[in-house]
Amino acid sequence: MTSSAELFPPTKKPAESVSGVTVRLAGDSGDGMQLLGTQLTNTSALSGNDVATFPDFPAEIRAPRGTRAGVSGFQVQFSAEEIFTPGDGVDTLVCMNPAALITNIGDLRRGGILIVNSDGFGAKDLKLAKLDSNPLEDGTIEGFRTIKVPMTTMTRGAVEPTGLSVKFADRCKNFFAMGLVFWLYGRDVEPTLRFIENKFSGKPDIAEANRLALMAGWNYGETTENFASTFLVPAADLEQGVYKNVMGNQALAWGLIAAAELSGKELFLGSYPITPASDILHELSKHKNFGVRTFQAEDEIAAVCSAVGAALGGSMAITTSSGPGIALKGEGIGLGLILELPFLIIDVQRGGPSTGLPTKTEQSDLLMVMHGRNGDSPLPVIAAQSPADCFNVAIEAWKIATKYMTPVFILSDGYIANGSEPWKIPDVDALEKIEINHPGPRAEDDPPFMPYSRDENLARPWALPGTPGLMHRVGGLEKQDGTGNVSYDPDNHQYMVETRAKKVELVAESIGDAEVFGKSRGTLVLSWGGTYGACRTAVKTALADGVEVGHVHLRWINPFPANLENLLGQYDNVLIPELNTGQLRLLIKDKFLTNAIGLNKIKGKPFHVSEIVGKIKELSNG
Amino acid sequence: MSTELPVLSAKDFASDQDVRWCPGCGDYSILAQMKNVLASMGKKQEETVFISGIGCSSRFPYYMNTYGLHSIHGRAPAFATGLKSTRPELDVWVITGDGDALSIGGNHFIHLIRRNVDLNIILFNNSIYGLTKGQYSPTSKVGTKTKSTPMGSIDQPLNPLSVAIAAEASFVARSVDSNVKHLRTTLQRASEHRGTSFVEVYQNCNIFNDGVWDYAKAKATKDESTVELEHGKPLIYAKGNKGIRLNGFAPETVDLDGKIAQDDLLFHDEKLESPQLAYLLSRMRHPEFPEPIGVFRAVDRPTYDSQINAQVDFAREKNSRGDLKTLFNSGDTWTV
Repeated sequence: MTSSAELFPPTKKPAESVSGVTVRLAGDSGDGMQLLGTQLTNTSALSGNDVATFPDFPAEIRAPRGTRAGVSGFQVQFSAEEIFTPGDGVDTLVCMNPAALITNIGDLRRGGILIVNSDGFGAKDLKLAKLDSNPLEDGTIEGFRTIKVPMTTMTRGAVEPTGLSVKFADRCKNFFAMGLVFWLYGRDVEPTLRFIENKFSGKPDIAEANRLALMAGWNYGETTENFASTFLVPAADLEQGVYKNVMGNQALAWGLIAAAELSGKELFLGSYPITPASDILHELSKHKNFGVRTFQAEDEIAAVCSAVGAALGGSMAITTSSGPGIALKGEGIGLGLILELPFLIIDVQRGGPSTGLPTKTEQSDLLMVMHGRNGDSPLPVIAAQSPADCFNVAIEAWKIATKYMTPVFILSDGYIANGSEPWKIPDVDALEKIEINHPGPRAEDDPPFMPYSRDENLARPWALPGTPGLMHRVGGLEKQDGTGNVSYDPDNHQYMVETRAKKVELVAESIGDAEVFGKSRGTLVLSWGGTYGACRTAVKTALADGVEVGHVHLRWINPFPANLENLLGQYDNVLIPELNTGQLRLLIKDKFLTNAIGLNKIKGKPFHVSEIVGKIKELSNG
Repeated sequence: MSTELPVLSAKDFASDQDVRWCPGCGDYSILAQMKNVLASMGKKQEETVFISGIGCSSRFPYYMNTYGLHSIHGRAPAFATGLKSTRPELDVWVITGDGDALSIGGNHFIHLIRRNVDLNIILFNNSIYGLTKGQYSPTSKVGTKTKSTPMGSIDQPLNPLSVAIAAEASFVARSVDSNVKHLRTTLQRASEHRGTSFVEVYQNCNIFNDGVWDYAKAKATKDESTVELEHGKPLIYAKGNKGIRLNGFAPETVDLDGKIAQDDLLFHDEKLESPQLAYLLSRMRHPEFPEPIGVFRAVDRPTYDSQINAQVDFAREKNSRGDLKTLFNSGDTWTV
């Protein structure tokens, strides 16, 4: 067998070393851009780069072909340095058709490389993209290093030996583009060859065609005179360890499985499919050998209620959804809260209100998870800051849920859920066990069981059906403290409402203090959730420019860390960048009477670092 | 500690809470028969869980000395599914009413039944909203005058048994609150069935809808207006004077005056794979027909809870028990 090094010979052209590159791949939803992006990401991670990705795709599965609405994009930054975002400006843009070009060219930095499939720019393609003139000829691409490659023609030629029809041959052109991009950045093709082998194991002709297309793309780069050199991105100086590239939803699912194992519980997920949360359901349902039971419920309400039922029975219960689903779950969550049962509610946020922007990211569910239930009904809320962080968040949330006997909200978002980054695989033996105690059986002459007695954390006992002597009834009606019997007593109600709130406040004792990155004076950038990377990079950039700025990122939003008020007082300005109209700002202002300033973007897209840097500088100069 | 199993009486299944239904409510009788049935079947308090929604009937769990969950309106089936899927050894009962199960909870009701989770649903049908003080319900007849329908209700009611049968029910039965012996037998049959057992109980609300089931309850009329189903037996009622015969696809009532042989009557078969007969029986309504009571359908079908757990067992056999180290290191990794 020929080795891949023979089939994909290393370039003889000069290689220019660069510290980091941002590549965006754009094409029709059916063009396989997400696949190309994932392969480029994985292979870059495997070669030791730090990576961050941002897939951007339409809500429609197959929007009309060739239209702007149907453009699917995938952006990846790979770097020799530690990075926190998929990058602001694009260095290399690959476009498969005019619609992809016209909707993405604005993000390509001046002098950047534009690779286009010149076969995709016929009169019909231009019409589908609603273009009167050809952007390759009308000046649109001036100022960029444009490389026009007849990818369709070349792919057809390359796969001819397989005898595949034109229809199937044309589907291989993303592998041609991949081969070219891999060559340009000297990426290892081995992982992709393995991928092809596995993915098309039952279809040897398709596998062979994709291999041939990949090779043709690679060789095209080496042969064409359009490229004088290639680029080399050296390995990043990451902490020692074994790494794996993870997407947010996958890391969350694995964190949940780990939490179940660490607490000696079996996992139950009640869920209803919804973008962008469904991949958690898909991932968990693959791991039944961990004792995972996944229940695809008839609706969002049944999903949360089934989780409460499983929690009553002693499982580690979870429900996952996005904004519209969380809105439906409110009453069921409220019941879980008054039952004081531990379970996790995961909201992978997307653009709202209503159906909103299903495939786009936003942070606009914060106030809903804080307040979106009837009655006074506070719950602990934790937010993941990046794809890999989802793993830790899941474990931390389950620790708090069981320690305090309360449902806990986990916030993620579309950007984190579908984005990916290297995850340092933890030492499983060093992961801290989560201790859970269930009260044991009682004899008839023991004192009566008190289901609503409380420990020092105000947690009540988690008594499981099946335990002799602990029979008790719980429900949504107000409980008498101690006995748990139905009570309409006014003083008891006040006491119970205040006790449930106090319990959430007590969580602050377990979550640690907020930490400051950068300066402790000047401007504070206060962030939460998926904007962590853009905020951290912006603060680093501003610090390097000599600006007095610090960064505090909130992991827990309810309760706030105990030292937050003091920290806020140390700064002249508090800037809260959010992908909403100012929801954390409202909470901060309410709690601390701080005159926080918002930077609010509601476009379904994450922040550009430059947007935050600009605002920091504006404030520190003001 | 004695190793002898304690024998529980009906009283042992009563909780220490005061029962707060209106005096004369049909719920009392169902509560009493439930305690009798559990005691007579040798059930254990700690292994029994009652889950209800919202409504008068849904206060039921508070009165049982078992585990109980008084949940939210219409959703009891979902809580029960979560519990039973993870704790299949528990004996789970869903207590619901006509509004709870068929209006706000209609979706969960049909999905629980189609999944055939191994539990029992007892629907207390009083054809009225009691706890909210007297609005018409999804089983109220057209023209029912209530506070919310002063000119009479205009929507077609649902037939709970027909809905359950259409939802692929494996066990469907009907009983009457005041017919204690029949009720006890029916509850026992429901408990014995493996899969979702659905029992509609005609229950009188003496405050807001008094007498709605009088035809099926009153001594003077019940023999004429109900027919007790028995597996393998012909449908005979009115103290043996009348029977049900099939005329084409439709049932008809016939006088058993000697001209009609018993063999010509409709014979009940609760074990028929096809649901047609059960459906036909569910459509026999007063006053055109005597209304069947008893077990309409009892067929064997795999249960959701056994299958969800079988998949876990199978995955563990096939892929060995989950191991975090193996999981984390699966796929492409690299070392720094």
